[in-house]
Amino acid sequence: MAGDEAMRAFGDTLPAPTYENLAWVRPVPLADATVAIVTSAAIHESGDERFAADDVGFRFINRRARDLVLGHWSPNFDRTGFGLDLNVVFPIDRLEELAADGVIGAVAERHVSFAGNQPDDVAVIRHDTGPAAAAALRDDGVDVVLLTPV
Amino acid sequence: MSVLAHAFEAAGIATVTLASTLSVVERVAPPRALWCDFPLGRPLGHPRDPEFQHDVLRRAFALLDAPSGPVLEHHPDVIEADETPLACQIPAAFDPSASAAVTEVRGLRKAYERSVARRGVTEVGRAVDVDGIEAAVEVFEAIAAAAPWRDAGIPGGTTTAVVHDIRSYFEEAALELVTGPPPGGRSAEAWFYEQTETGRVVMAAREQIREQGGSFPAWFYMAPGHR
Repeated sequence: MAGDEAMRAFGDTLPAPTYENLAWVRPVPLADATVAIVTSAAIHESGDERFAADDVGFRFINRRARDLVLGHWSPNFDRTGFGLDLNVVFPIDRLEELAADGVIGAVAERHVSFAGNQPDDVAVIRHDTGPAAAAALRDDGVDVVLLTPV
Repeated sequence: MSVLAHAFEAAGIATVTLASTLSVVERVAPPRALWCDFPLGRPLGHPRDPEFQHDVLRRAFALLDAPSGPVLEHHPDVIEADETPLACQIPAAFDPSASAAVTEVRGLRKAYERSVARRGVTEVGRAVDVDGIEAAVEVFEAIAAAAPWRDAGIPGGTTTAVVHDIRSYFEEAALELVTGPPPGGRSAEAWFYEQTETGRVVMAAREQIREQGGSFPAWFYMAPGHR
């Protein structure tokens, strides 16, 4: 079995939380929206704290930072795409272009990175660190978040 | 990602999720998701292809127009990972006293340094820095030759972290040595594990650790799971 096929088959076996009541935000028009990226690629600025193997926390990434390290612990995905072009994981330059063209209102000053390899119950990011990061971006005036995995 | 989407939406921020595993996004059902059947590690599809990346973003942001959810759309393109080993010739660093794997490490050093100069960053450094790569490979050579793995002196003590550094060193250097369009997802992985002596050493050490009764995490994560 090929590598990605094997990983996706493994994903089929993982428990998944379900939500009885869907939170739903009616967004402001995209042309007026401040947009942030939230990634699970465990990206961090080179001078920031590395992600630990069991890290359930998050790091902020400044809008202007390009010295980004892919700190994810899993050996099960391609890293060379990010090495060639960080936008294939963290499309910050694409957002800047969309803002310059007026497609989105603005690029957020801070973005957020988590590690995708979480405990099976995802309890901490679901109930603690996820809401904490969300509150921080809300306080920053973020209207729309684009979530990118690896 | 889908769990985080629920958390951010609950905080009052509209979310759009790029999904990399269909069965997960179908079950967790975030408010708005675009399933992208692209190589894992490349959620925007193609590196150095702004036009394609913008297409992904355009389709993702279009989901914000949906009146209700959850919404799950599929990107129409499928990009499969290329598991053909990268065609990468390691520069010679002839030293009759050095092993084949150590010779590879030395041969790649200048290319690795060009990568660091180009990117300004490196993934190497989780357990060892660049100057520790050669010694780390020698530790795995000893384990591959049946030395007791617990006493072999694995730097940092974590096999996963050390192999990450070795593999990152090789892959970052390799990207400086190949020409043409960006290599496909997993082609560098296939090159490292199937074409290099160092990759073979890592796999042999992995097997030794397993046979010596090492814990599952100690050996399994030294390579992608399907290997």
